Formats: sequence, C-alpha cells, structure tokens
Amino acid sequence: MTSPVLSVRNLKVEFPTRRGVLTAINDISFDIGPGEVLGVVGESGAGKSITGTAVIGLIEPPGRIASGEVLLKGERIDNLPAEAMRKIRGKRIGMVFQDPLTSLNPLYRVGEQLIETITTHTNLSSADARKKALSLLIEVGIPAPETRIDNYPHQFSGGMRQRVVLALALAAEPELVIADEPTTALDVSVQAQIITLLKRLCSQHGAAVMLITHDMGVIAETADRVAVMYAGRIAEIGPVRDVIKAPLHPYTKGLMGSIPSITGESDRLVQIPGSMPRLTAIPTGCAFHPRCPRAFVPCNTFRPELQGEQRSQVACWLYHPYPVNAEAAV
Amino acid sequence: MSDTLTAPAPVAADSKAAALVEVKGLGRIFDVSKPWLNRVTEGLPRRLLTAAADVTFAINRRETFALVGESGSGKSTVAKMVVGLIPPTTGEVLIDGISMSNPKHDGDRRKLRRRIQMVFQDPYASLNPRWRALDIIAEPIRAFGIAQSSEQIVVQVGDLLKLVGLDPADGVKYPHEFSGGQRQRIAIARALACRPEFIVCDEPTSALDVSVQAQILNLMRDLQDRFGLTYLFISHNLAVVRHMANRIGVMYLGRIVEVAPSRDMFRTPKHPYTRMLLDAVPDLDLTGRQRKPVEGEVPNPVDPPSGCTFHPRCPSANERCKAERPKPLPAGTATVACHAVQEGRI
Repeated sequence: MTSPVLSVRNLKVEFPTRRGVLTAINDISFDIGPGEVLGVVGESGAGKSITGTAVIGLIEPPGRIASGEVLLKGERIDNLPAEAMRKIRGKRIGMVFQDPLTSLNPLYRVGEQLIETITTHTNLSSADARKKALSLLIEVGIPAPETRIDNYPHQFSGGMRQRVVLALALAAEPELVIADEPTTALDVSVQAQIITLLKRLCSQHGAAVMLITHDMGVIAETADRVAVMYAGRIAEIGPVRDVIKAPLHPYTKGLMGSIPSITGESDRLVQIPGSMPRLTAIPTGCAFHPRCPRAFVPCNTFRPELQGEQRSQVACWLYHPYPVNAEAAV
Repeated sequence: MSDTLTAPAPVAADSKAAALVEVKGLGRIFDVSKPWLNRVTEGLPRRLLTAAADVTFAINRRETFALVGESGSGKSTVAKMVVGLIPPTTGEVLIDGISMSNPKHDGDRRKLRRRIQMVFQDPYASLNPRWRALDIIAEPIRAFGIAQSSEQIVVQVGDLLKLVGLDPADGVKYPHEFSGGQRQRIAIARALACRPEFIVCDEPTSALDVSVQAQILNLMRDLQDRFGLTYLFISHNLAVVRHMANRIGVMYLGRIVEVAPSRDMFRTPKHPYTRMLLDAVPDLDLTGRQRKPVEGEVPNPVDPPSGCTFHPRCPSANERCKAERPKPLPAGTATVACHAVQEGRI
C-alpha cells in the first residue's frame, strides 16, 4: 500500500467552556491515500466540519487539539507554528467551503485573488501567474475567462463562484483538498456540475480529497471511501459501496433508511427516534445507544472501538466480542 | 387522546371530486427598480421581475400537491399567494370556491382563514423566541375563539403536543430549548391548532438533518391520514417530493412546465427540464449510470429568455422554441408546456 497523503491519528479536539470541557471530536483516526476521495458524512453536530478545520489548523481558540496527530505525507502538521501552517494552507492543502460568497473577498477582482494565491505559493512572475489564473478559469469551465477574470465576485452566479473557489483551491497544485459542504448552497442541477468538476480536477491533479457533506447522494457519486461520524466519533468507515449497500452500524442503517429515494417505492421512511446528543450530554458507552434499536448489555457502559479485519471497520458491539465483565458491570 | 381533536366530518364521495384549491392563471410581478431619484438622474428604466406567471393547478381534497423547482423558480411566491400573504398581480386563488383576493368575498374569506394554515422552512425564524411553546400553539386557538376557557386551551395544547410527538410538559419551554426537529413539530402543532383542512408547507424539512427529516415527513403523512388534510408541499428536493406528493408541478422561471402524477413523472418525465432535474439527482443506488452533462444555470428572472424560457439550456430546442412560448397541453397523464413534446420530437 502506498503511503497516505493525510493521516489522522487519535485526534481529539476540545472546547473549554465555563461549564466544563466539551469534546467535539474524540479519538478519531483515518488515512487518505493519493488520489483518493474520502467522504465524511454525518448530521449536524457530528463533528465533521471540526475534523476538517482541525486538519488545516484553523480551530478557533479557546478550542484546541488536545491529543493526537495530523500527518501530511508523514510530517506532523498539527504542532507547527502559525506562520509555517499558513504556508501549508493554500500551497499543500487547498480548501473549498460551503458558501462561495464568503470565501471570496468581495472587494477584489477574482483574477487578483487567483494571482495573489499563485504568486504567494509559487515563484511565478505576475505575468505568468495571470496566464496560470486564466488557464485555471478555463479548466473549471468559466465561459469567456478573458473578460471574467476582471470581474468581482458579485458579478458571478452561485455555481460560477464555486467554480472560482475550486480554481483558487487548486491554484498551487495542493496534495490535499478539503471540501466542506461544497455543493450545499447550490441547486441540484448546478450541484451535479460542481461534483463532476471536483472529481475530474482532483483526479487530473492527483490530489487527495476530504469531502465533508451531510448528503449521502453526493458521497455515493463522488467518494471512494466514506467515514460516518456520530457525536464526535467515527461509527463506521469503509468503501463507499459497502457502507451504502450493506451498512453495518445501526446508525448507518437508520441513516440510509431515512433518505427518501427517487427510485424506490414511497412507503414509510425508517426513522431513528430522538436526535444527535448535544456536546454537553454525550451518553456513556456507545454514544448512539439511547437511539439504537439493537442496543444490548455492553452498550451503555463500554465504548466500542473502531475495528474490523474486513474492508469496513465499525465501532459497534454487535460485531465485536464485548468485554466479559460487561454483564457483571451492569 | 381526548375528543377535542376530532377529524373533520367525512367528506362525501361526490364532493371528493371537486377540487379544494383552484389556482387560475396566477401571476405576480415585483418592482425591483432603483429608487425614483436614481432612475431619473441615471436615466434607468423600471425593472420588473416576473416571479410567477400563468400558474394554474388544482388540488383535490386529501391530496398532496407538490411544487418543485430550483431557487428563483417562484415556488415560494406561489405558496404565499395561495395563503393570501401577498396579493397576486393577475389571476386568482379559489379555496372551496371562495376567492382569496376578490373584495366581494371578504366576509367569507374571514371564515376561510381558519381552514388554511402554513408551515415555514426555518423553525428558528418562524417561532417567536420570547413566547413559550404553549403560548405559540394556543395563539390560533385564542385568535379563532375555538376554545373559551383557559382550562380548555391547556387541554387542547397538551393534546396537540402529544399529537406531534412531544411531551405536554415541554409546553412551558421556550423555542431555544428545543432542537430543530422539535421546533418544526411545534410549528406543525400550531398549524393544526385551529383544525385546518388545507396546509401549505414551504420547504418544511430543508433546514433539518435527514434522520429528523424522516421523522417529520412520517409525522406529516400520519396527520394527513388522520385528519384528512390537503397539502400544498413546496420543496427543491425531488426525493422528498416523490415521497410525499400524489401529483407534482415542476416550476421553471415562474411558470409551471409540467404537472403529472408523482409515479408517472418519476417513471417517464416528459419536459426536458424535468428530465434534466431528475438526471441531476445524485444516485444512491450506485448503478454507475452515466449522467448527461447538465448545461448552464437558471437565467436572471428580470431578463428571461424569449419564447420558452428553458430554450438556452434545452437539448431539443429549435427556432420555434426561441420565438414562441409553449402552452401547457395534456400529454398522457401529464400536462406539459413544451413544443418538442407536443410535436412528438422527443
């Protein structure tokens, strides 16, 4: 197996508050290989966006990485000084956020923003950088790029803006692209265009992608592997086909059943009772046990770890031998 | 459950055929011009935005009719005109034969109000943050004088909370103490408080997570069966619409391009825009089907294309499509506004 581009080891992110320390992400580990698209899926509050911000070192203080490591091509990047990390962002890690209007500066022409990114991270002259910016705009499918390069972000539509953001993310040929809900603000027809574009660009540039979204459909179309997050942990991780077609974790099963389909019969949807716990009240043991239809003896006391020799790994006692003293402990 | 919440009287078989809601040639134009002084000094013309035009459909009793479309297609404008929140520029809405805009029907319309309710998209914005949940739900009961004594109101509010799957003891809480899904349940309880027949739901689950969305959609279907409700369901999510609706109208730039029974529309979409929308939905079945590349974006409604407004993005457009606006005509079980379908080209 080739060495992974991104490797996250036992990452834990905490937010100290007046009412105690909140653990937003607890002990998560995953790898993304070269050219691979890892989908990170979960409902609001699952910790998927925090995972992304932790990888790029943008956790807002007082939040902090409490333990664990983030390795980019084998080098630790979670403990770098702010200035060194700033050089990695944009150069080695590209970012695409949900709202293209807030990720572009409204006061600068899109060309200026692209050229600034290119000259900061490469040693191209500004004339060459402009040529490169133009070729990027052509690559992401902006019509009439020679005139559009001098337009301001507000002169672009939502889909076109997200194309510009993609061009910005890829400007310095990054090794890893973190896309946080890149299509959520867009209409379905435009969403399909952006997904196709993201997939094509990343495979052409050989970049690894961490695609964060709540939309299973987007994951199914784009990702190679998928990590399902629940209450700050990974519940299940595996190849996209296995997780979607044959989910193991009861949460993944419920999640898949609750999505209305455009092909199947429109009978009753599977519903998971309750909702995602708040960070202040994460249940003991498996965090999903109060909502789980198959919870049994060990679930409310012992926390299952992510394990499995198969292609998928799952954190659920249904699939692993549970501690022998479990029954005694209850 | 006490008998304070009884279903409306069973509707006689013959009156079931008559539509509860009739929307006829509904249109709305918004003036988006700059202020008068700017227009005079800068020599700018008036700018008019046609948010909806020639929207015609009917909703039968106990049916769910859905409107789908992308942002800017005018679906929310139609919803607001149907409940009378904004007056139409042209056309009219008849609910049980009573016009929502004709001044002659003012007296009847007042009685009609109780029978129409609305559920909005964002449960964080549609509930007053300074009111307790029970006051929010009791407001329509008080406003329409459905229950007189405060004891009766408390009982009814408790029943409504139970009905939407909340604990009556939760009524004393404020909206910020509830999650998004619970807030939407409160909004639904408020809509049901005056025992309406017709509920307009404008993107009721778009702000919710999928597992919570499933709970709300199931709840809405259960309530429909129990109380014989009629829904106008607005959504941009085709899968949700397929799950909820009996019939679907697809909107594009303020006009309905296709109306068809849900099953038929998903099996054999007719209008090229409907086909494109269905093709753009991400595929959960992993069939590996090749998508047709979707071209272009929704044009600016201030300056819509000539003829059929979809022609710049349409793979089957010809000269006639650029010049002449297609009329909605029946095609099988559907009604489609498309020259290509009507000429049998696709």
